[in-house]
Amino acid sequence: MTKKRLRRLNWFYVPAVVLMLVFIAYPLFNAVYLSFFKWNGYSVDKEFIGIANYISMFEDKVFRSSLRNTLIYGFVCTLLQQVIGLALALFLNMKFKGRGIVRTVIYMPAMVSGLVMGYIMYFFFQTKGGVMNDILNAFAGTSYDWLGNSTAAIGVIVFVNTWQFVGVSMVIYLAGIQGVSQSYLEAATVDGAGPWQRFRYITLPLLHPALASSVIYNLIGGLKLYDVIIAMTDGGPAKRTHSLATYIANRYFDAERAGYAAAIGVFSFVMIMVISMIVNAYFRKTEVKY
Amino acid sequence: MKKPKMQERGTVLYQEEKEKMPLRLKDWWKYLLGLGLVFLYLFPFYVIINVSLKEFGDTSSRMQFPDPVYWGNFQKVIEAGDIFVGIRNSVIITFFVLLLEIVVGCMAAYALARNQSKVNEIVRSLIMSVMMITPLTILVGVYSTMSKIHATSTYWGMVLLLSAFGLPMVIFLYTNFISSIPVALDEAAAIDGASNFQIFFRVILPQLKSVTVTVIILQGVGVWNEYTYSYYFLQKTEMRTITLVIKTFFSAVSNDYGSAAATAVIGMLPLIVLYLFLQKYFIQGQVDSAIKS
Repeated sequence: MTKKRLRRLNWFYVPAVVLMLVFIAYPLFNAVYLSFFKWNGYSVDKEFIGIANYISMFEDKVFRSSLRNTLIYGFVCTLLQQVIGLALALFLNMKFKGRGIVRTVIYMPAMVSGLVMGYIMYFFFQTKGGVMNDILNAFAGTSYDWLGNSTAAIGVIVFVNTWQFVGVSMVIYLAGIQGVSQSYLEAATVDGAGPWQRFRYITLPLLHPALASSVIYNLIGGLKLYDVIIAMTDGGPAKRTHSLATYIANRYFDAERAGYAAAIGVFSFVMIMVISMIVNAYFRKTEVKY
Repeated sequence: MKKPKMQERGTVLYQEEKEKMPLRLKDWWKYLLGLGLVFLYLFPFYVIINVSLKEFGDTSSRMQFPDPVYWGNFQKVIEAGDIFVGIRNSVIITFFVLLLEIVVGCMAAYALARNQSKVNEIVRSLIMSVMMITPLTILVGVYSTMSKIHATSTYWGMVLLLSAFGLPMVIFLYTNFISSIPVALDEAAAIDGASNFQIFFRVILPQLKSVTVTVIILQGVGVWNEYTYSYYFLQKTEMRTITLVIKTFFSAVSNDYGSAAATAVIGMLPLIVLYLFLQKYFIQGQVDSAIKS
């Protein structure tokens, strides 16, 4: 096609770019700008305070625990989802009747909003009348305050998010496993490789692209975790289960510290960006070509 | 971000069951494990349905099947009518977000796939890096922008906002797909005197059906379940989406969990039913989109 024609073709992406400029790029710059102000979020005047918001972040205990929790939600969930997801994929790749039903059911929770899933799980982990305590009561005669203790509550949130989205990893790994050519495996069998060796030296390296996709998907999902926390603990007890995402919303609307919320937002934006870039670069470096 | 080369990854197709599976005795542990997994994954759904079928004063365990089955919660929720407002709003918003994303997204993808100039490569990397911006991080900026242009509690504001955030993924999927359509087809049409628009609508668009199904499913699920932005930007009662209506029931002080559960069940049902019937497409869409790094 002619050069002129190609240049005219560029008009085609103008609407998309304009939409993203107005609703993403401009707000992003706006957020950075506001992070240098002391502002309650609605009044006309705001006071320029330089990087004071960023400094107070590191003196804020709740910020530090939210940061730690965000990393836990991100990395622990991702790790669990890879291990369990891969195990499920390997299991459900075996031949037996009804494995299709098992796959269907495991992926199903991904269809449900995180908020609703949080509420469903609240029915399980509620102290009074929760299903978990009913079971505990029946077997051990005691009950446990799952969501009243921050360590346990963080564990519960990690469990719920992992449980809900492990199906996604499973599906990605299954697609990867199905893409491994049978001829490689047969050749290895002929050469005397056992099942473990076949998995370790053939299937696993060939799953690299699946691993990369699944890790990035889960990592971003975990680092931005929001609705499950809102539904289950709303950041409590004593603000100890907040993620950065829920804490931003909390500072902005409940504490009316918009400038401070913006600063936390900018921080977590940069953090997620850097983490994904490092992880991406790592996977690109370790990629094997066949 | 790496430029996604066509068909480099993502060619893997998720295979459906076709062959007949043998039923063998030595496979007993597989059936046991499979059954355990099915139980683990269906149990929470069983519990919420249970709760939705119990009367307010019923203090029996949530695991116990309701006796007698009480339909009053559903009746109450339906008579209150909030849920229909929620469903209507969710349908309107989801429909228009999808429409906008598809039209704007595949046009942009066409230009980016066909004209791979230096500038366009930069444009594309920038668009792709937007995928890493998570909504809450720029909440403050988005909120003040939305207020400035009076877009809060309007359909158009929500539709434009959600479309903007969904577009990178849509453009990614379409660009990959369009790159696999031979340029020779465009060129032939160009020689016949067709304009860019005519080529796009007559040559390219008709071939995008399968990837459009993926886009609809993927983005549709996301928008239907959207909560983060809806909560802040649809504050008027009559603008609430289904997710927000569910939240209202759960956070009501009355602790009427029966009605809340009934609302949640109605809200989840459409997607779960669609998923059960169109599973293959849902899972293929998931696989296609996850191969995005």
